[in-house]
Amino acid sequence: MPLFLRATFAIVRKDLTAEFRSRELFSAMLVFSLLVIVIYNFALELTPTIRREVTSGVLWTTFAFAGTLGLSRSMAVEKDRGSLDGLLLAPVDRAAIYFGKVMSNLVFMLLVEVFILPIYSALYNINLFHPGLLLVILLGSLGYASVGTLLATMSVQTRTREVLLPILLFPVAIPVLLAAVKASTGFLNGATLAEIWPSLNLLIAYDVILSSAAFMVFDQVVEE
Amino acid sequence: MSPRPLVLKILDVLAFLSLVVATYFALIYAPTEAVMGEVQRLFYFHVGTAWVGMLGFMFAAGFGIVYLATKNLKWDVVSVAAVEISVMFFFLAIALGSIWARPVWNTWWTWDPRLTTAAITELIFIAYFMLRAGIEDPERRARFGAVYTILGGLSVPITFLAIRLFRTIHPVVFGTAVEGQEQMAMTPDMRVAFVVAMIAFSIIFVDLFWHRIRIGQLHARVEQLKLKTMS
Repeated sequence: MPLFLRATFAIVRKDLTAEFRSRELFSAMLVFSLLVIVIYNFALELTPTIRREVTSGVLWTTFAFAGTLGLSRSMAVEKDRGSLDGLLLAPVDRAAIYFGKVMSNLVFMLLVEVFILPIYSALYNINLFHPGLLLVILLGSLGYASVGTLLATMSVQTRTREVLLPILLFPVAIPVLLAAVKASTGFLNGATLAEIWPSLNLLIAYDVILSSAAFMVFDQVVEE
Repeated sequence: MSPRPLVLKILDVLAFLSLVVATYFALIYAPTEAVMGEVQRLFYFHVGTAWVGMLGFMFAAGFGIVYLATKNLKWDVVSVAAVEISVMFFFLAIALGSIWARPVWNTWWTWDPRLTTAAITELIFIAYFMLRAGIEDPERRARFGAVYTILGGLSVPITFLAIRLFRTIHPVVFGTAVEGQEQMAMTPDMRVAFVVAMIAFSIIFVDLFWHRIRIGQLHARVEQLKLKTMS
């Protein structure tokens, strides 16, 4: 396996091992997501007819909020324990560090989503196990995590830290959320692929453009 | 700090005069629009301010890239200057558009792609200033600022496309309207007033841009002197 991939997976493995031992990030994200859904339940009065329209919106805002929580925590841990400096000292491509962090952040988001989907399905008696929806969730989370990792790396180095991350991330991540909500609603309401394609297309375009841009500028963000 | 160069002094006068001329053309020279009435006269300033607002954001991302390539802090000063002016002009464009929309669309605001994109762009650059405010080291502040303008510059067009998945009612000024949109129809006199406003705001932009860069240079100098006296 080339060095780049080995370094990337080493970082993913490190994050997953640390998380598996402490479980602090995942449990915080999951409990927070459940609380958000409970609040939506009362705030939006989720009756069956309303549910059909807003399910994907509720899901995506929940994922976005939980994602922010995970992103800022995962970078703050690196910064506070000084392990970010250790990673930067390692003789590997900095891009490998970026991709490693993106992948572990993505895995955390997907794990939370894997738990939230069946719980939401059970709570509201709605079938969310549509292959198309799962694809949208994968693509949306990927875009969100790749931009979020870059911005979290920036925000932990500022004075305001965690407070700043959502402010930086949300306006830039709006296209992912919009396209993902649109595509998810399409899949859930049984729209044809031709109707869903534009939003899916946009989601893929965002993922490719923004993650390659983030990949190119990551060096600038960790440079001392 | 050196005194204002002669070109800048001339530009100051020119900027002021062009604003007067543009006001004359918009309020008196241009004919009253048949359907919308007098309120349509806002259009000339609305497009003018929106145009320089967008211009500034593109400059900001462009100079951000130049900064990352050269690491010379003078490009950061230019990039910040562009963002700051643009935030102001964009706000004006949104406010003027809102005033126009009240009688014409019968609402102050609608979640149309252009309006929403404008609002999000404005939010991105407000976030940009919050990011900068949280960093003391000028060199890191410049790097992070540049990275964020580039990300913003990339995501704004995609945001526009994403919102267009829903429908639009904003009149099409450039290019042809697709079904369901209205095309802006201009008489030759209106076109003259329109071009005058565009030129006038471009001159005002260049003038303010230059002044803001000079302020930025002064600011950097003050920061340097502060560091020197403290050490």
